[in-house]
Amino acid sequence: MSLRNTRLSLAWRVGEVAQKKTPLYHEHVRLRAKIVPFAGWLMPVQYTSIVEEHQAVRNNVGIFDISHMGQFIVEGPDAREWLNTILTNNVDKLDAGVGQYTFLLNDRGGIIDDLIIYRTAKEQFLLVVNAARLEEDFAWLQNHKAGHASGSPLNESAMADLPDRENRKRNACATIINRSANFGGVAIQGPRIAELFHALFGADSDLPTRNSIADFPFEGTTLAVARTGYTGEDGIEVFFPATDAVKFWNVVLEKGEPMGIKPCGLGARDTLRLEMCYPLNGSDLSPERNPIEAGLGFFVDLTKPNFIGRDVLVNTKNSGPREKLVAFRMKEKGPPPRPHYAVFRDAERIGEVTSGTLSPSLNWGIGMAYVSSAHAKIGTEIEIEIRGQKLAATVEKKPLYRKPVS
Amino acid sequence: MMIPDDLLYTESHEWIKREGDNVRVGITDHAQSELTDIVYVELPKVDRQVNAKEAIAVVESVKTASDIYAPVKGTVIETNKALEADPGLINREPYGQGWIFVLKIDNADELKGFKDAEAYKKQIS
Repeated sequence: MSLRNTRLSLAWRVGEVAQKKTPLYHEHVRLRAKIVPFAGWLMPVQYTSIVEEHQAVRNNVGIFDISHMGQFIVEGPDAREWLNTILTNNVDKLDAGVGQYTFLLNDRGGIIDDLIIYRTAKEQFLLVVNAARLEEDFAWLQNHKAGHASGSPLNESAMADLPDRENRKRNACATIINRSANFGGVAIQGPRIAELFHALFGADSDLPTRNSIADFPFEGTTLAVARTGYTGEDGIEVFFPATDAVKFWNVVLEKGEPMGIKPCGLGARDTLRLEMCYPLNGSDLSPERNPIEAGLGFFVDLTKPNFIGRDVLVNTKNSGPREKLVAFRMKEKGPPPRPHYAVFRDAERIGEVTSGTLSPSLNWGIGMAYVSSAHAKIGTEIEIEIRGQKLAATVEKKPLYRKPVS
Repeated sequence: MMIPDDLLYTESHEWIKREGDNVRVGITDHAQSELTDIVYVELPKVDRQVNAKEAIAVVESVKTASDIYAPVKGTVIETNKALEADPGLINREPYGQGWIFVLKIDNADELKGFKDAEAYKKQIS
């Protein structure tokens, strides 16, 4: 037996660099998780079974270690205005305590990273970025901060008296702190989240509203709790200093036990997000693809006068993208689709699969693929080439999984 | 981890059971536990002539597709059709109902190079 193609090949080859351990690594080992290298980290891919962990999140609740994800704090009087020139979504729409999904683009409109930005205070933002892109994101932000000439009249008169005025002005705009090494995080996801939240933070505490973030006291420390996630279930993501990680993790598992909580690995995280058609950077998103092609124009505000990549996106939008990221479902039961399988229509190659799996909820092969726009319409009959055989599939509406109405 | 004493083992985690002029082949308990959640099995065609170390079947879990090799030269005489409807048999009974194919072997001497349970245990520990 030998691995043919590994789903975790999307795990970003990391060369000889030593793999990092999250503050929860020893808990994963203690729980006998299967550990794999992912984006430079040693992460649990599963504890018992991907399917069991997936079902726990769909039916009850599950907890994921997301400490590998990057956490940046951007703050200062100009932070909001500057971030709006760097990110695609409109930061102005965020009141303090609210977050949004957004993109960091290169000059060609290609996706460097997809991330969530929370406005944690009037002049302070938390950016939660992909582990594999952390260093690139940070360098990009640093480099573009230096070049940002603020148009704001802020402290203009005071600075006029200083010798190195231009330099001072640049530094005044915003500071970026990479707190990733000292912070951890978990995602707690599933329909029983409200019950578990109250068990953790008290019956009188209110769950933050969707996309909001708030601080909650917890056994002498403070945790930031956001009503966000990557599974399609109701849930929260919790951020805390690394030193609080083990304690919080174990309390969640203990209080969640009557609710059927399971620790969940990257395997279930991937099947859950794919059923919802949430993109995975490095597979469905890349520096060669822009958000319009990925069907994520909703998170791009083209009414903003200026942000990096805007011109390219305006052109793509006007002329229509050459290829689009579509969701598809196999017509017959059979081998699951995998990344890099070719997509055909009428014997013509029209694209390539970027994500594919056997959906544990549907018990059926599903995936996403970039296909030429002419064949991207919902209902289009396509074929996926699997080991030399072309198997029928249909372009489907996103998401591929919808919760049964109960 | 179960490693029955009466079987032979390959480096690539197949088990081999001698049945007269034939061998029955599957994947080990260790292999199924590494893969977990097997969701699809592609079986070889009966009567197919195969060479040693030729990839002739595919076992797919949620996260990976893995090739299964013919341990020796021979002819496929039987495949486990039950796996088409219930691939999870490999997870539940890797050495029993989860067998994959039976080969009629050309030369029994080829079986001499494989590991016994003790040697396979060393390999995976």
